[in-house]
Amino acid sequence: MDGNLNALTTIFTEFYYWVTVVFMFLIHVGFCMYEVGASRRRNHMHTLMKNVMVIPLVTVTFFFFGWWIYWAFPMFPFFGGLDLEAGAANLPWADTMGPNAGDRITGVFWAAFLLFSWTAASIVSGSVIERIRSSALWVHAVLIGSVWWIIDAAWGWHYGGWMVQYLGYHDAYASGVIHAIAGGYALGVITVLGPRIGKFAADGTPRDIPPHNPWMLTIGIFLIYTGFWGFYAACNVPLISAEAIGGQITGVTWTATNIYLAPTTLSGITFNFLMSLSGGLMMAYVVSRGDAFWTFSGGLAGVITASAGNDLYHPIQAMLIAAVGVFLAYKLHYWVEKKFKLDDAVGAVAVHGYAGFIGLVIAGFVLWGAPSSPFEGYATINPLGQFVGALIMFFGLGFLPAFIVAKMQAAAGVLRIPEEVELQGLDYAEHHAYEDAKAEIIEADKAYLANKITPAE
Amino acid sequence: MSTIGYPNWAVDMADVGAIYPFQGWEIPMVVAGVVFWLAWHRIQFVREGQHLEEARKQVIDHERIQKSVERY
Repeated sequence: MDGNLNALTTIFTEFYYWVTVVFMFLIHVGFCMYEVGASRRRNHMHTLMKNVMVIPLVTVTFFFFGWWIYWAFPMFPFFGGLDLEAGAANLPWADTMGPNAGDRITGVFWAAFLLFSWTAASIVSGSVIERIRSSALWVHAVLIGSVWWIIDAAWGWHYGGWMVQYLGYHDAYASGVIHAIAGGYALGVITVLGPRIGKFAADGTPRDIPPHNPWMLTIGIFLIYTGFWGFYAACNVPLISAEAIGGQITGVTWTATNIYLAPTTLSGITFNFLMSLSGGLMMAYVVSRGDAFWTFSGGLAGVITASAGNDLYHPIQAMLIAAVGVFLAYKLHYWVEKKFKLDDAVGAVAVHGYAGFIGLVIAGFVLWGAPSSPFEGYATINPLGQFVGALIMFFGLGFLPAFIVAKMQAAAGVLRIPEEVELQGLDYAEHHAYEDAKAEIIEADKAYLANKITPAE
Repeated sequence: MSTIGYPNWAVDMADVGAIYPFQGWEIPMVVAGVVFWLAWHRIQFVREGQHLEEARKQVIDHERIQKSVERY
């Protein structure tokens, strides 16, 4: 860092990403609370452990190879080879992948992406509660968190990604890059996994399995909103000069940019985050006829729908686009559930997958012709590019690999828990020592009381 | 043609102002937004009225009401 201004900018950027990462941790807290609130009492510990262990497994694999994929894969394999030069500084043995006084960005930037990886895995986790083997879910968590989503990020969320360059793919706050892929992935797993016992009546009519704890669920979704707001900030480069961008922008004025290094403002995305949250909540209340849980989830789905273009939309556009996405995602959820007998326990495929897909397509029309990037020769945003991009995210990198791996797990008999255990509840089956210890200590306390306290005459 | 008014970013940021689509259509957008908001109130108002009326018309089960009151 030569000069005070450079030092200030570098340290500000380091601090900025660190703060966003802390906020984004709340997304995971929220997912844990939401899943526990939605699951039945006999599955709490299993649900918690399933989601908590996503943290270390995705973190270490993202350190070992996930981060390298982002830098090495932008043009691989369709439009050139691996970018080994860019990847080199992000290999686990590179000297920038650790405390290094000459590099203050890599760690916090790595962590911002890593928190997205946890989110992708957690989205899948919600759909499969109460019947998947933890071991099977954790393999999926590693695959989506440290392989598939980071490939999609390299292709469609890297300023040099081939989808950005040739399709004009624009997905500033990850309608597709996180949400469509994770929703598609969840759909692939639940298609093979099957519904929870009792979800469908003998004639195929779906039954509602109500959440056991509305409070946990509500706080969980509020924490996800909060973390999502931090996620928005994490998708921006806070302050950069035209010279450092190295694109077509002229002059000496510094700007904030989106992930593609194209101009945006924190002010603009704050407008749009809150307006799309509101549009989603309002539409979800109407379309679900006041169902509390769909209303809460609709706020999230609204933001997800508008996210692809929330760096550029007008706030009223963001609100209306969110409302359209929520309406369609809600209708699609029940249509798919009824038609294909699929049990998406928390509506994750709808809230993340359908809303994300729809958001990408809408952005193609509303932002038609707008530049996705400051670099010369890139395709501008267009409906076809966005639609193809949505297919790649939802089906190509999401549904398909999940379906194949889940089929392999099912064939090996390692995907789903035994029926007897599902009925008994996973907490006793997997945490019997905890249950036995509880029973023993309760008996010990009772015995102590019986000896010590004499009932009043 | 670009909906945001810029076909590329070969511009001096010092000269760039609004960058959202359909600039010049702000007032119709506000009208659309206000219609959405007011329609929401109308739909919610009507539905709540129907819901309360249906609830009121249900046969009164004294024991069940007693339990509801005692539940607090």
